[in-house]
Amino acid sequence: MDVGWWGVLIAVLGGAIRIGTPFLFVSLGECLTEKSGRINLGLEGTLVMGAMTGYAVSLHSGSPWLGVLCAGLAGMTLGALHSWLCSFKRVNDIAVGIAMMLFGTGLAFFLGKPYIQPSAPRLPSIDLGAWSDIPQLQAALQINALFLIGIVVAVVLAWMLKHTAWGLKVRVVGESADAARALGLPVHRIRILSTAQGGFLAGIGGSYLSLYYPFNWSEGLSSGQGLMAVALVIFARWHPIGCLWVSLLWGGAAALGPSLQSVGITGGYYIFNAIPYIMTLAVMIITCSPKRTLVGVPHDLTVSR
Amino acid sequence: MSKGIPHALNKVVEPFLIIVGSLSISMMLFGAFVAAAGANPFEVYQTMYRAAFGTSFSWQNTLIRAAPLMLTALCTALPGYLGLIIIGGEGAVVMGGLFAAIVALTMPNAPPMVVLTTMALAGMAAGAIWLAIGGALRHYRAVNETISSLLLNYIAIALLNHLVTSTFRDSESLNHPSTHHIGEANMIGLIPGTDLHWGLVFGIVACVLSWFLMHHTVFGFASQIAGGNVRAAQIAGLPVGRLILIVCCVAGAAGGLAGMVEVAAIHGRANDTLNANYGYAGILVAFVARNNPLAIIPVAVLLGGIRASSGLLQRAHELPDATVLVMQGIIFLVILFSETLYGRFSRMPKQGAV
Repeated sequence: MDVGWWGVLIAVLGGAIRIGTPFLFVSLGECLTEKSGRINLGLEGTLVMGAMTGYAVSLHSGSPWLGVLCAGLAGMTLGALHSWLCSFKRVNDIAVGIAMMLFGTGLAFFLGKPYIQPSAPRLPSIDLGAWSDIPQLQAALQINALFLIGIVVAVVLAWMLKHTAWGLKVRVVGESADAARALGLPVHRIRILSTAQGGFLAGIGGSYLSLYYPFNWSEGLSSGQGLMAVALVIFARWHPIGCLWVSLLWGGAAALGPSLQSVGITGGYYIFNAIPYIMTLAVMIITCSPKRTLVGVPHDLTVSR
Repeated sequence: MSKGIPHALNKVVEPFLIIVGSLSISMMLFGAFVAAAGANPFEVYQTMYRAAFGTSFSWQNTLIRAAPLMLTALCTALPGYLGLIIIGGEGAVVMGGLFAAIVALTMPNAPPMVVLTTMALAGMAAGAIWLAIGGALRHYRAVNETISSLLLNYIAIALLNHLVTSTFRDSESLNHPSTHHIGEANMIGLIPGTDLHWGLVFGIVACVLSWFLMHHTVFGFASQIAGGNVRAAQIAGLPVGRLILIVCCVAGAAGGLAGMVEVAAIHGRANDTLNANYGYAGILVAFVARNNPLAIIPVAVLLGGIRASSGLLQRAHELPDATVLVMQGIIFLVILFSETLYGRFSRMPKQGAV
């Protein structure tokens, strides 16, 4: 059955979910980190490290889910390292983020050298499109369980931030470290925990890249997804549910180039691939302003100053 | 107030000691890392020294790598005086190289000297504009300059890939899409009596000029004030926006020049080899040198040496080529951590040593 231009739309929708899932995990991780008043630019490195760890563990153990878990733990370690370094006086979190980006990718390339060729067991997908007889739609609705888990995490995170004592503590620390200290809250410990948990989520996002889509481990696996997540969180107004919508939007944008290619439009391939970056930049230009503070921004965040 | 060491000396001695100490600690950590990876750290360091500074050939390798690092480090260091963390050096290199190649191809019959001058100007202008976008967005739209400059890197690389695969593609470059060659006559050539191209001279001159600009002119003084406290600078009537734009333009011009040198001295054409991570390594150089343009020169040579040793490390110790990336990452983290030490060993009161 020929679906023509509808095929592009279906492929973009499918891509929104397929390419958007790692965005979702990384932006949720960054959202939590930023809620506690720190910005972690190193999530790009965390993502690559998670991808490598997930792939290697899956290959050796035969269980991709164990790979996902270990990827999360690797991300947690990097996140903890970032926030531990930042808890010293005069250590700038943005600069440490840049360093963690280089360190994480370097470490992943170093440890991941032997895993470039072999093929690891893949994460299974769930066929939500079995009811349809259009192959494009079936392909688009092949959804990985991690996407559904991501939605659950987003809802739970939003609820926890708003309605639990732990969420309140994180927000207080993010709004004003001084006020938190006056309340007797352990500022550094809360920030370290939040950043480590954020790293855990970003690591899972990385394992999705290597274990599901595009399903390989190579040095060119990630191309700034971890970094764009930082901007997505701004667009999502530091709200986990917002992160979900924004990730889907970005996934769709990233799928536009390949989708058009499938109907024969190949010109401007690289330009189409740059759309997510251009969109991210455009969104930052539109939403930021020197005259007012952004709605929902944690007050202590360096990015907003 | 200072009893032992005079203040001016202290300002030099303290950073020097802390940086040397940090580099030693990084070496220990990296040594432990390669030991864990199954290599003998002492032999690894011996190999690295041999590959980086052991012979005149290795010195040449090191200096060729150090030259672009000096220029890209300025991309981060100069905006650093204004309190900005700009990491768009990679984009400035790519745009500089791309536009240098494009203008060279539009003037096939001009004498080489004219072509090279135009290439340098075009490359510097392209780099300047690219980096200044981040600075302008920061000042006029309060967009975080670190994120925007990094996004601009990806956009620059996409633009390069697009143009060398479409409009400016040399149809003979099948496997590796590139522009046409700028012509052998237009290549920049070597410094007389050496095997080094002129990029090294450009790098050193750019660092010295930048140092003079930031430390010995009214402009540099104004920039440092604005970097210390934007509001105070505005109240004092300093044109902060203009300072940011000019400094970012100068910094971007340095990056663009690095791209032009890559094209005019090494590749002869623009293609994705321009995207060789010199921009990212330059960030590290700037941080280790604490943004001081004069300190950038030796740090760039050191890092150039580390990068030059990558190949031999691979052959002699079977360590993957990413080994030097790990080392760079460790140095970067330790250097940033060392920021917390400033003022602790000093005999000066705290506010004097930041």
